[in-house]
Amino acid sequence: MSEELLRVVLRVNGATHTVTIEPRVSLLDALRDHLRLTGTKKGCDQGACGACTVLVDGERINSCLTFAIQYEDKDIRTIEGLSHDGNLHPLQQAFIAQDGFQCGYCTPGQICSAVAMLNEFRSGVPSALSGPGVPDELTDEELRERMSGNLCRCGAYVGIREAIHEAAGAIAR
Amino acid sequence: MNPFHYVRATDTASALSSLAGHTRAHFLAGGTNLIDLMREGIERPRVIVDITRLPLTEVGNLPGGGLRVGAMVRNSHLASHPAVRDRFPLLSQAILNGASAQLRNMATTGGNMMQRTRCYYFYDATTRCNKREPGSGCDALDGYNRIHAILGGSSRCIATHPSDMCVALAALDASVNVIGPSGERTLAFSDFHRLPGDAPNIETNLRRDELITSVDLPGSSAELPSIYRKVRDRASYAFALVSVAAALRVEDGRVRDVRLALGGVAHKPWRAAAAERVLTGAAPTTDAFARAADAELAPALPQAHNGFKIPLAKRVIVAVLSELAAIDGDS
Repeated sequence: MSEELLRVVLRVNGATHTVTIEPRVSLLDALRDHLRLTGTKKGCDQGACGACTVLVDGERINSCLTFAIQYEDKDIRTIEGLSHDGNLHPLQQAFIAQDGFQCGYCTPGQICSAVAMLNEFRSGVPSALSGPGVPDELTDEELRERMSGNLCRCGAYVGIREAIHEAAGAIAR
Repeated sequence: MNPFHYVRATDTASALSSLAGHTRAHFLAGGTNLIDLMREGIERPRVIVDITRLPLTEVGNLPGGGLRVGAMVRNSHLASHPAVRDRFPLLSQAILNGASAQLRNMATTGGNMMQRTRCYYFYDATTRCNKREPGSGCDALDGYNRIHAILGGSSRCIATHPSDMCVALAALDASVNVIGPSGERTLAFSDFHRLPGDAPNIETNLRRDELITSVDLPGSSAELPSIYRKVRDRASYAFALVSVAAALRVEDGRVRDVRLALGGVAHKPWRAAAAERVLTGAAPTTDAFARAADAELAPALPQAHNGFKIPLAKRVIVAVLSELAAIDGDS
């Protein structure tokens, strides 16, 4: 079968881009290879590690397990789109302050995932731990459960956890 | 990944017609399993019909307290839906025990039901697998089969169904609404997935040209005291070794209503009908729960590495039912 090239319109970090790609190109590869937004990382490329996490209409997804063409007309946000007027997002600041990384490869995915996770928690989204009711406090256990889709091979989990707690407090205030 | 032709369906009629006439056409929903399988070369569709934009994203009330869940409702939205949390907390809990938050944001009701086994041999094209290549044999039978089935397997296949959501749907007596070229029909959830038998490559009773439109949760299953418990190799984000979906209602010291389904043990979500028969009308004691578990697990057939699942399933069944009956299940 011959290769089929399509013009796909993607709205990423507020800007509209047109890429000419085959339908088999993942959103992850479209971001990295076609839009040169290499902040989003390819870890396992099979939905197991979370390094490729981006936000679509505010919700976190694994951009590796997608075809970019499925996400036309959606509002896509990547790590490059989190800072505001040159100021880092509170989670980015907290990851620096709490040393939430070693090699840094999982960090963009961790931060995008945590941005959505804190929104979910504040809007009362339940977890496997919380049961139907959602607790007021983001305990370590809740945080671990809600962030379990992001792996860190360096094992920087303690710093990651502290960074997310710190940002949760900063955002709440 | 092999190239394919992409079609975006906007209504069910166009989705069905886009699929018709192609032997290697595939619906695409959340993509969390299909895209992985395509990348591994296990699935090689020539046509992909993207159904994520079909108007099947509602959760609506049914007469009598039930709910109709659209096939394209995302797993995360379903687990968070107030009516699901209120009336069918078992379903919410089962979904939240599966995958990761990212994957639950992508996966859909219909796609979750259609996901395929995570048997290592199915995923490894260098091995024999009757599911991937009918008639080639099964390398799991004398291979490393710690995650494999203890119930309902065959000499052709001992793969398990990986879903948590579906275990709850089996316990809740859900039904599945589908549409095809000759119209709509409804399947009982327990008839949706198949045991492997001689044709493990055929996993459901959905016909090739049909589309799942919704899943119904009956009012008769609403508001039952229930627990979903999943045992796995790590605390989160892992497939079940054994999971139990249980609902129990006791009246006047007798079991009035019991629903029990097991995950991680069979080729399909396993409704524990034999255990339910033992329990219905019985006094809710740990003894009765143990006898019920034994009745269910009597036909269990362990492989070289998964024998632990039999006592594990028994312990989880007894513990969960005891908790529901508010008695001490550890004694």
